[in-house]
Amino acid sequence: MGKIWDLKVHKRKKALIDEFGNWMTYDVLDHEACVLAHKIGHRCLVFALCRNEMGSVLGYTSFINNGIVPVMVNSHLDEVLLENLLKTYSPQFLWVPKDQKQQFSGMTTEHEAYGYVLLKTGYGTTYPLYEELGLLITTSGSTGSPKLVRQSYANVLDNARSIAEYLKLDDKERPITTLPMNYVYGLSIINSHFLVGATLLLTDKTLMQKEFWSFFKEAEASSFGGVPYTYEMLDKLRFYRMKLPSLRTMTQAGGKITPDLHEKFASYAAEQGRNFVVMYGAAEATSRMGYLPPEKAVEKKGSMGIPIPGGKFTLIDADGQEITDPLTTGELVYEGKNVTLGYAKRGEDLIKGDERNGRLETGDMAQFDADGFYYIVGRKKRFLKIYGNRVNLDEIDRLIKVEFGIEVASTGVDDHMYIFVTDEKVAGAVRDFVISKTKLNPVSFKVLVIDEIPKNDSGKTLYKELTKYYAE
Amino acid sequence: MNNLEKYDKVFKEVLEVSEDQLKGLKYQDIEAWDSVGHMGLISALEDAFDIMMDTDDIIDLSSYEKGMEILAKDDYGVEF
Repeated sequence: MGKIWDLKVHKRKKALIDEFGNWMTYDVLDHEACVLAHKIGHRCLVFALCRNEMGSVLGYTSFINNGIVPVMVNSHLDEVLLENLLKTYSPQFLWVPKDQKQQFSGMTTEHEAYGYVLLKTGYGTTYPLYEELGLLITTSGSTGSPKLVRQSYANVLDNARSIAEYLKLDDKERPITTLPMNYVYGLSIINSHFLVGATLLLTDKTLMQKEFWSFFKEAEASSFGGVPYTYEMLDKLRFYRMKLPSLRTMTQAGGKITPDLHEKFASYAAEQGRNFVVMYGAAEATSRMGYLPPEKAVEKKGSMGIPIPGGKFTLIDADGQEITDPLTTGELVYEGKNVTLGYAKRGEDLIKGDERNGRLETGDMAQFDADGFYYIVGRKKRFLKIYGNRVNLDEIDRLIKVEFGIEVASTGVDDHMYIFVTDEKVAGAVRDFVISKTKLNPVSFKVLVIDEIPKNDSGKTLYKELTKYYAE
Repeated sequence: MNNLEKYDKVFKEVLEVSEDQLKGLKYQDIEAWDSVGHMGLISALEDAFDIMMDTDDIIDLSSYEKGMEILAKDDYGVEF
């Protein structure tokens, strides 16, 4: 396996700047990455507890560029869920923020750099790794499912190149972090920008904090990415009136933005001579599959665009036949070198090779118009996107059933989930349980008590009948 | 209900905290007060007091006390 990036060519150029005024050049990043990889010493599995901090990016860079396989998880992941993941995959090392070290008593510290520590787990089991396996990422849901997406080095490199091409990235770019780096969209921003020698602006502050905007202005951020909810927040903040002279590009992914917001931001961008780029992707395709060229943002409102360079879309009807007529709904199938190897559900799966052969059935239902622009119109399976995270409704039902042994049916629309139960006494407990397991903000879902969960004769839940309880 | 009661009610309902948690409560102290919760909080405060908050004030409202200070400004004129 080769290196993803040749960091050395960018020499003294700043690779990272954080909100506290610290920075790291590409030279130093390359050196520190080598030192860390040397401490680990061999190809193995490492859990990286991610934050938008220098130590976190350094760890990721070191691992992926030196044949060490990271499992990317959020540093705030519930301790029980993390424990389960660790048990399932048995990594040799953990790369964790120093202030979380006490969470892992009994492990020895092997190295320390930029606020992060390398801990040796001492676990007895070691699972063999497929030679092309580059990194593992949780399927964006936070329900603690042990399911990981297996991404290869070729996947990461190909997708980063494609993104850099269609966004026309160069070394003058200064993207500011607005998404976690354990999330493929956040990670793709790092991957594509390191390729061109750009400068990443790191902060874990949110759009709702003054410090974020001060850093944005001082460090002269040129771009940011956002999920639909990010744009709702920006709208609420009356972003259009903010003075941000350094801003050039806004990208959007992680679910379908409302046509209203699409129009607002596209028009704003057009007036200001900026780019608003709606994109489409999934962890199973490394990150990106489609993008709407910014010059079409106003005209093609509601569309997620065309395939990225090197990719191909087709629509398949219920009989598996390719759809050739515009405005006809079918399942969206993507082909490209960024289609990942497959999933892992247990440690033994890490040796598995490529199970997809460059073809991904996305599970999204779509149409294309007469000009060949694609529109997502629905989903084949039951999941919602809540603040950009995929929440599998069947998984939510299952978790609740296992914990409480009750009748339950979860449904809803993006950013608003509704969990139906029949026992009023447990409603509060179900709510607390879902918050603790998924880390969803309580405003994003409701637990509703009804007399009976509607079912058909064969006992299948009739989710459609539940829409009357929450449809506006 | 006086303004302080109204203000407290919004915090308690949106962030799901009890009376005794209010004093000194800061952004991100609790899981419910993240950026999503913050949006909810701002909308609820705007509804409760029938105001439209400025961008700078929305991002400056970083604690229970700071919120009162902001709402008490001439722009909004909420008396506590």
